[in-house]
Amino acid sequence: MIRFDHVSMEYPRSGKALDDVSFRVAKGQFVFLTGPSGAGKSTILRLSYFDEQPSQGVVRVSGLNSERVSRREISKLRRRLGIVFQDFRLLEDRTAEANVAFALEVTGTPRAQVGPRVSRVLTQVGLASKATAYPKELSGGEQQRVAIARALVNDPFVLIADEPTGNLDERATRGVFQLLREINASGTAVVMATHDLSLVRSADYRTLELNRGKVVFDSAEAPEAMA
Amino acid sequence: MRRTVRDASQAFERSPVLTALSVTTIAFSLFAFGLFGLVALNIRAALQRVEERVEIRAFVADGTDAEAIAAAAGDIAAFPEVLRVDIVSKEDALARARRELSEFSDVFEAGVLPASIDIQLKPGFRDPSSVQSVAERLHSYPFVDDVRYGEEWLVQLYRLRNIAGVAGFALGLAFAAVAIIIIGATIRMAVLARAEEISIMRLVGATDGYIRRPFLLEGFVKGVMGGLLALLLAWLSMHLVDRYLNFDTVFFPPALAALGVAAGALIGVVGSGAAVGRHLRRL
Repeated sequence: MIRFDHVSMEYPRSGKALDDVSFRVAKGQFVFLTGPSGAGKSTILRLSYFDEQPSQGVVRVSGLNSERVSRREISKLRRRLGIVFQDFRLLEDRTAEANVAFALEVTGTPRAQVGPRVSRVLTQVGLASKATAYPKELSGGEQQRVAIARALVNDPFVLIADEPTGNLDERATRGVFQLLREINASGTAVVMATHDLSLVRSADYRTLELNRGKVVFDSAEAPEAMA
Repeated sequence: MRRTVRDASQAFERSPVLTALSVTTIAFSLFAFGLFGLVALNIRAALQRVEERVEIRAFVADGTDAEAIAAAAGDIAAFPEVLRVDIVSKEDALARARRELSEFSDVFEAGVLPASIDIQLKPGFRDPSSVQSVAERLHSYPFVDDVRYGEEWLVQLYRLRNIAGVAGFALGLAFAAVAIIIIGATIRMAVLARAEEISIMRLVGATDGYIRRPFLLEGFVKGVMGGLLALLLAWLSMHLVDRYLNFDTVFFPPALAALGVAAGALIGVVGSGAAVGRHLRRL
């Protein structure tokens, strides 16, 4: 589903961000990407939704190949991916439901379907009662739930989350993480970058640890996991 | 299409100040250019009026037979350059001089001034070389004493016309370039104000075309509105000049005015397309 083969990424100014990284994420899997800041977690995520092209190696996502993918194919792929960021990236001048509906409208979903699908995901993330609130009227945790609802509304096969709890207090963090677990339990794969080790330890999911652009630990290949 | 219209009109609703600012900037840029165009148009019209007064006068020797003069006038009227030929007798010449020049007011004796054949040329043949060529042909009539057409004055007029033409073209280009740059910057500002929205659109899978279309429509509408506003401002300024300075001014003919608005629309569309394109390439 997601496959990195000998991927390196080098930026003209800041130098090497990834160094010969190879791994696969299977359908329905939950994967933590951990490691210190600058280890390459976000770079891996950006490469996964083809926001960038690797300097070397190949990234394959759902049958698309980074060496040959067109801008149009990237757009089509992103309709089947859910992407969530630390800073939520909501449109401040629109209500929660308008922010979620936005993701359906830009993909040409028939208007009659937009309303029911938006209320379904807002209910799923526990925000049905705040549908008409603007982002600044919501707490950080609630804003992140809106962002997750937006990511979910197109029924993605994978949810890509870059430090989704990075800006949240502990309680909101638990809530958002619980939501991601539920999403995964319903069959959607989740790739989540985080440096919150307590979160990583709290669940028995696959962990890829990065340091200076290299995968230094993959729990799927660790002896206890093999056993 | 419906979605494009809705998105574009929502953009107007969401940021009315920015929209008003872009329309005003477009309007004033086009207005500056239009004002320059009006000045150029009026200078040209004034020069044309002066040019219409270009006239050749062939003075006829005393005692020439009236029939010979009439025959020559007929010949001359057939020259391709000639618009109109008038035969002016000695009496007519004196009457005209008394009318136009005060020093002739106490002269009553015909014969002081020679008779002449006065020739007006068609438009396009009033330049120094055409005038000179007609004048030379007039010299070939044996009874023509002298031919006058204000040679120095005519050369000066044409030099002025050429200078006005070249300066007008250069200034016009400069004004147009400034207008395009200012309008381009304004449109770019409108695109940057929505950079976040564009990047989210890309993230959730909108195609480039989908993102671009409302901006193109928005650019078109702003361009047309700016163009119409500029036209209105130009028309108002012309009326003020007419009214308070008492100039006999000319306004753009309708086709040229429509072209101005169309130019506004084109700059709006091309500017928006370029600004969004530039932005999208970085996403």
